[in-house]
Amino acid sequence: MKTATGYQGIPRWIYAVAALGGLLVVLPLLAMVARVNWPQFIPLITSDSSLAALGLSLRTSAASTVLCVVLGVPLALVLARGEFPGQRLLRSFVLLPLVLPPVVGGIALLYTFGRQGLLGKSLEVAGIQIAFSTTAVVLAQTFVALPFLVVSLEGALRSAGNKYEAVAATLGARPTTVLRRVTLPLVLPGLASGAVLSFARSLGEFGATLTFAGSLEGVTRTLPLEIYLQRETDADAAVALSLVLVAVAVAVVGLSYGVRRSSAVAAVRP
Amino acid sequence: MSFELQASLRARNFDMSLSLSDGETVAILGPNGAGKSTLLGVIAGLLRPDSGAARIGHKELFNLDGDSRLWSPPHQRGTALLAQEALLFPHLTALDNVAFGPRSSGASTAAAREAARHWLTEVDALPLAHRKPAQLSGGQAQRIAVARALAAEPELLLLDEPMAALDIHAAPLLRRVLKRVLKDRKAIIVTHDVLDAYMLADRVIVVEQGCIAEEGPTRQVLERPRSQFAAGLAGLNLVSGIITRDGITTPDGRVFAGQHDPDWSPVPGQAGVAAFPPSSVSVFLGDVHGSPRNAFPVTVTDLEPHGDQIRVRASAGALAQALSADITPAASADLGLVPGMDVRFVVKSALVSVYPA
Repeated sequence: MKTATGYQGIPRWIYAVAALGGLLVVLPLLAMVARVNWPQFIPLITSDSSLAALGLSLRTSAASTVLCVVLGVPLALVLARGEFPGQRLLRSFVLLPLVLPPVVGGIALLYTFGRQGLLGKSLEVAGIQIAFSTTAVVLAQTFVALPFLVVSLEGALRSAGNKYEAVAATLGARPTTVLRRVTLPLVLPGLASGAVLSFARSLGEFGATLTFAGSLEGVTRTLPLEIYLQRETDADAAVALSLVLVAVAVAVVGLSYGVRRSSAVAAVRP
Repeated sequence: MSFELQASLRARNFDMSLSLSDGETVAILGPNGAGKSTLLGVIAGLLRPDSGAARIGHKELFNLDGDSRLWSPPHQRGTALLAQEALLFPHLTALDNVAFGPRSSGASTAAAREAARHWLTEVDALPLAHRKPAQLSGGQAQRIAVARALAAEPELLLLDEPMAALDIHAAPLLRRVLKRVLKDRKAIIVTHDVLDAYMLADRVIVVEQGCIAEEGPTRQVLERPRSQFAAGLAGLNLVSGIITRDGITTPDGRVFAGQHDPDWSPVPGQAGVAAFPPSSVSVFLGDVHGSPRNAFPVTVTDLEPHGDQIRVRASAGALAQALSADITPAASADLGLVPGMDVRFVVKSALVSVYPA
């Protein structure tokens, strides 16, 4: 732990406002925990529908994280290292889902992959239906989670600079070798924390999923959808499942923080 | 196989042409921003010039003259670059750093590591093979970076101030290592240090403002400099003008008497320079008795300790060049020298060397 030995330069009243901000986040969580029906907790979260939703959430989030890495790494590389017209425009569009209401994303996806959508019509002819399937869940989650990976990785790439890559190239390494043996290992902490954030965002995705994939038990009804549905009929189940989601989120944030800290320590050492 | 280059890059006010014969090491000297690193970047393929061409033997590195648009990427050039920072890949051990070049050219892991051990031995760093870069001192890291560059078996080795970031204890060891490994190897070393030029280079190129100001064998350039920068490195005053029978005449009509350097057989009427060490200059206040030759008024600009002497820097007005004199602290105190004072510099003509520019 660090001790307050040096001058901090923060006015005392800032602490009061900061405490207020902290409370705004912590108090609702405490209120929820207080409302948990503990004797029924285990049965509530292990009911068939709950387990189906949790399993689906974990599976789709894992799949969309993989998709985020596969598509996001090239995007981040192109944005951080490339030079081409429209680069800034591309960055703005990639980051758009961060500020877009997820339900709008869901509608956009529906008019792309839906039965009457831009690509959906051709896919329909080919016998492929995406909307209201588990694939749609993964697509919706990837749509909202991709910017987290791109932002995190692009930042890591920029701060790493391209000096190591230039040296590697003069040593005779072709660009693909440089990417594999130098660039990616150097930004691995950034990539890992980006992937963790993408996973967390996928896990919490609600609006785009509901709009684009619907709420079909075992197929598209992920944990957030299940919680929303249970809230109407069985408040205890909704609270119990919410707590599960909070636990997963805390674990994910802790993991990401651990990754960042270990990378920071590695960077500080001479 | 010789190396030839001609390139210009307008955005950096850069225009140079140079060549290296086989096994030759050339030192590039010059002030900051003169284009030294630009030159290395162009050769390594990290910077693209507007026009020009370069080749090693029959292999063209680039050819941007006329309609030709040949540009081979850095990894196909065989021009390993060693920078001021070692830039060892932080996630690899010293051994795997050195093995990086051989691995990239398709060697098996075992063969690449074998080569890496050989080169680590060459730079006296084999015991460090299994350390990560974070566990190495600056000097150790730079020696391993030398091994890594050599292990890539470059046809031309580029060194960009390899000693600049090292402390004074680490530099001599690296300099000895470089002297050994650069022997009979084509290399270009950018440096600020005269010692590097003397120890490592067969030939010196002085660059100023993106162009080559002077080039020649190391001893010749540093002992008979013809550019202000080289004269500064050699610690000499340099005045240019037209050679006369007993010295040179500066463009503003001042006459410097001096000794013609017989090795260079200066001819009267030729453009030439007069070079003299600061120790040959005396400082006087007011008129000089007996009116010796080579006495002229100057304005003191700076006084600084230099060894056990005081170096007096002065501007010689129309001569538009800074001249230096070394005098004893006692003499400086007796004369009451301060910047801005008008004094006279008197140069002993026996210590002035005159040779063609």
